[in-house]
Amino acid sequence: MAQALTESTILAPRLERPAETRRAQAVVPKRAAFWLLAPSFFLLFLFTYVPILEALMQAVSLEGFGGKRIGYGLGNFHRLFADTAFWTALSNNFVYGLGTVAPSLVLAVVLGVVLQEATRLNAMLRTVIVFPVVLPLVAVATLFAFVLMPGVGLLDYHLAKLGIAATNWLGNPDTALYAIIGLSIWKNAGYYMLFVLAGLQAIAPELHEAAKLDGASAATRFFRITLPLLKPTLAFVLVIAMINVVTQIDHVIVLTGGGPSDSTNILLNYIFQAAHQQGDTGRAAAATVISVAALLSLSVASLKTLERGMHYES
Amino acid sequence: MRLPNLTLPRRPLSMVAIALLCGFALIWSTPLLWMLVASVRHIPYGSTEAASLVPDFKATGEHFADAFAQGDFARWYLNTLIVTLGILMVQLVTITLAGYAFARMEFRGKNLLFYAFLLQLTLAPPILIVPNTLMIVRLGLYDSLPGIMAPYFASAFGVFLMRQTFKTIPRDFEEAAILDGASFTQMIRLLLVPLARPGLIAFSIVSLTSHWNEFLWPLMVTDSPDKMVLTVGLTSFVRSAEQAADWGLVAAATLLVAGPLLIAFALFQRQFVNSFLFTGIK
Repeated sequence: MAQALTESTILAPRLERPAETRRAQAVVPKRAAFWLLAPSFFLLFLFTYVPILEALMQAVSLEGFGGKRIGYGLGNFHRLFADTAFWTALSNNFVYGLGTVAPSLVLAVVLGVVLQEATRLNAMLRTVIVFPVVLPLVAVATLFAFVLMPGVGLLDYHLAKLGIAATNWLGNPDTALYAIIGLSIWKNAGYYMLFVLAGLQAIAPELHEAAKLDGASAATRFFRITLPLLKPTLAFVLVIAMINVVTQIDHVIVLTGGGPSDSTNILLNYIFQAAHQQGDTGRAAAATVISVAALLSLSVASLKTLERGMHYES
Repeated sequence: MRLPNLTLPRRPLSMVAIALLCGFALIWSTPLLWMLVASVRHIPYGSTEAASLVPDFKATGEHFADAFAQGDFARWYLNTLIVTLGILMVQLVTITLAGYAFARMEFRGKNLLFYAFLLQLTLAPPILIVPNTLMIVRLGLYDSLPGIMAPYFASAFGVFLMRQTFKTIPRDFEEAAILDGASFTQMIRLLLVPLARPGLIAFSIVSLTSHWNEFLWPLMVTDSPDKMVLTVGLTSFVRSAEQAADWGLVAAATLLVAGPLLIAFALFQRQFVNSFLFTGIK
């Protein structure tokens, strides 16, 4: 992968005209690259590399009374794996991921396809769909605190008019995670739709017209033309969505704190609780190492997708 | 000879489809509509009509007055502005410099370093809250605004974005400037930075939005009330509101926190959308 990147994007433009390059380099001060990169590298060192190493060290340290390190071992991992709450958090995160990513992507594609034509009505509807994207997740949470309020809340108040009885969405362990999932879909689907819209714009209209002339129905065209050509876009959005599943947590902290009975406890909330409320930094570090490993393998596996997608221009 | 026009007349969406879409959009926007309506509506104590979306055309400012009385909004706005703009100012410098190096220079270990930078893309500070908090404490920045800002000063994503942006600028420009006797710093300042403006603007919008909205990290590294940012301040209203059932107050406070971005988005929608697309990852 590194090889491909080197040849296509870094070396190629230079090889084309070495003469000018040499002339330009005469003005560039010696060691310029070092000084240009130094500030970023120093900051990344302090706030990314050292913290990763530190989490790793802390995870494999054994602590005695008073937090003194007494040796190294996998004790923290043993304690982590022995904690049923950790497994609950992991499986909740899985359900939460599946429950948010799949519906948001489907919604994004459907809305993108339906709203792709640039009419005035469509522009307005798109704006409405995208508004939640710029809201702070915390503000979404405070709004949903009311939306989901049993009895008087927005949802129950209007469902009651349809004759549906009040539900304690966030208070019931069976529904709480789904309420959180609904909130996340509302917050993120519009963001993903923007990428779908950009991806749709890149599909040549001639393809659809030719297919229409051949008598292909709208459904056939969608499944045979639109969807296959959207694949790179969707792959990119899928990666972003999966990262969001692991890193977005504000709504859980504000609304449920992981409860009731751990039903909305997802991994990052588990880490936050272990570190902040239970003061068990060793176990928190072990869990951090696991989520860092998960995220890193996700980004390594999708590096190509990320690179391709990151310079989307509309 | 003209080619025959093969474009078929587009079939407009049927009325049913339009009605369905509008219905969907209406349901989608109810939380926001409710926020607008509830923030200015007087609700008698004990009323169960807090969820009504019908405005009663007698706007009241009481909820905003309460919000200002209960929360130190002036301080929170100021802190949030300092944090978001402070982060952005430093980022613009670091990402321009590093982005230029990766786009234009050759040095040993460049690829390795580039991947080392990319590592930070997915490892946003929330994931590293535990070790990052330790680092902030060690640097003596705990419970300070610089402590909230510091981990974001370098942005792998910004570096990547600027690298892409610089690559779209033809080298000829730089060479012409050099032939005209421009120094290296003049070239960066007077030529490259203005040409890279679209990239810088796209990055700025995403950076401002995401740090305005940030919650967990400022919550972790601050303690005293005078270091609170808007998002952290907002959560104090939810707890009190749930007990007092004062939802007008929550609506008003939420609007105060989210309002500036909502207005900015409504005004500069195109730029927002373009920079979201341009950037993908926040």
